[in-house]
Amino acid sequence: MLNFIIKRLFFAVPTILVLIVFSFLLMHMAPGGPFTSERALPPEILANLEAKYGLDQPLHRQILIYLKNVVLHFDFGPSFSYKDRTVNEILSQGFPITLTYGSIAFVFAVLSGVSLGVLAAIYHNSLLDYLAVGITIGAQVLPNFVMAPILVLIFTLFLGWLPGGGWEYDDPKYIIMPVVALATSFMASIARITRSSMLEVMNANHIRTTRAKGLPTRYIILHHALKPALLPVLSYLGPTFVSMITGSVVIDMFFSTGGMGLHFVNAALNRDYSVMMGITILVGVLTILFSLVVDILYAWIDPKIRY
Amino acid sequence: MPGLTPKYGTKYMLIRKNSLQSLADTMSEPEIRGRSLWADARKRFIHNKAAVAGLAVLILVSVFASFGGWLAQYPNDEIDFMVIGQVAELGGPSFANGHYFGTDDLGRDLFARVVQGTQISLMVGIVGAAIAVVAGTLYGAIAGYVGGQVDNVMMRIVDMLMAIPYMFVIILLLVMFGRSISMLFVGIGLLSWLDMSRIVRGQTLSLKNKEFIEAAQATGVSSINIILRHILPNLLGVVAVYATLLVPLMILTESFISFLGLGVQEPNTSWGALISEGAGTMQYGTLWQLAFPLFFFVITLFSFFFIGDGLRDALDPKDR
Repeated sequence: MLNFIIKRLFFAVPTILVLIVFSFLLMHMAPGGPFTSERALPPEILANLEAKYGLDQPLHRQILIYLKNVVLHFDFGPSFSYKDRTVNEILSQGFPITLTYGSIAFVFAVLSGVSLGVLAAIYHNSLLDYLAVGITIGAQVLPNFVMAPILVLIFTLFLGWLPGGGWEYDDPKYIIMPVVALATSFMASIARITRSSMLEVMNANHIRTTRAKGLPTRYIILHHALKPALLPVLSYLGPTFVSMITGSVVIDMFFSTGGMGLHFVNAALNRDYSVMMGITILVGVLTILFSLVVDILYAWIDPKIRY
Repeated sequence: MPGLTPKYGTKYMLIRKNSLQSLADTMSEPEIRGRSLWADARKRFIHNKAAVAGLAVLILVSVFASFGGWLAQYPNDEIDFMVIGQVAELGGPSFANGHYFGTDDLGRDLFARVVQGTQISLMVGIVGAAIAVVAGTLYGAIAGYVGGQVDNVMMRIVDMLMAIPYMFVIILLLVMFGRSISMLFVGIGLLSWLDMSRIVRGQTLSLKNKEFIEAAQATGVSSINIILRHILPNLLGVVAVYATLLVPLMILTESFISFLGLGVQEPNTSWGALISEGAGTMQYGTLWQLAFPLFFFVITLFSFFFIGDGLRDALDPKDR
């Protein structure tokens, strides 16, 4: 097991490095620098600034400096468009908000999706099953950027129950719609995967044996069926995590939650390369670490996996 | 074929009559003819009502995208000064003033804009999926067929690229190299082939130990020709299914980026941009601006998903 973890880590580290170098080269190829503005700075000041951030060095040294700053000090350098702010300040402002509603949405999607899928499989071909299948088919075409306006239309404009945007840490009213808009389509996918794998497991030989032994259905489901049925769901969690982070960009935009996605879009519109780079790298690292955790969990749960 | 046995006998006329008769008999007994894999699949597909309905809707949407422009009373970028300023009261859908779908908040004809958005969204979906099909199939087939260390390296590269949050990278590319449809194609195409290559590689691995590949190798066919002539035709079914499911994903990706205002630029538009505009103005009581693009978006995605499911049921040997 330890071998497997070390091997996976060995693979994750170069991936992260490639991501950073790739992003850096992209940034370098783009026209303009962090200190180019319409009114030219005095050359001494420019030279000082460039020396501070290492921009006077040759390219390969710059990459090394950027890598060193990012990896050792977690420092993404200055923002290109806000002269007085660093990328780190912007990240530390937006990231906690995204993390808060993102993790709630993730847990919500997994819990409700799995329960819906399991219930649909247990009560196969019942009204509940048809309802679950209907929801999963419908939610395929309701991605977050469609759900968000529809939710606002219903709950803010027609019913007036929930605020249409903004963010307060203490007030759950502001969290409901971002979470639901973000989670719906993933909940549906998870429910679909759970349902089909649960149906398959319930027809497997070992479940028939437990039935023949006369074990109660409840015990069979909880102790024998659920674990193998959840394996496909587990492998879907990695992609879900990535898509949720991506989806949070829309949520931040549409609900003005002030999260990381808002900064990303603003940075994109202002050509603030270093902020975009910082967010891309942060998201990439999170993605890689998350898929590492999922892989390890998978190897731990599934005895068929050899490492 | 029964009845054809006494051919080229002595009495030519009589035999020709006989063979004509037998030909007619054969034609009227279709169950004797062998059914190809594709004929079987077609039959199964036609029996799937949802898939056929999806196909019909998709054809209607394509007709709308191709010929809807002729029906429009206004070009998509012309501002109607009669309704501007009173869009909520005067800009609604009506046949009287020629704005079948109403106008947007700037007084532009929504019908013409939805036609144009449909064209662009469908084009992005199909071109993106086509890039994925060509690049992913070739990459996966080569990796799977060659195998060994080459396969290992090629698939590690795919694994690495998969770990990149690609939506962010596409937006990064768009911002750095200018927002244009062609850049959007490059960005989407660059990263859409990864899943396809994995699926194709898996299929190729199971194909390459079959007898007919061995026979081809034994007769000295070159590796490239084996891949092109023997492996690829056998992959067509799987590739067709995943390509159909890829198109809606590409449309979703493009709509997502355009919804953020980073994709297709004015005066061009796409479903994502139109939905974004409609969502931005819905509190002024102009709901049609959200409803029409959303309607086309939803029915098209539904059709593609249903067609994809139907194709999978028709072609996937696992479920037979």
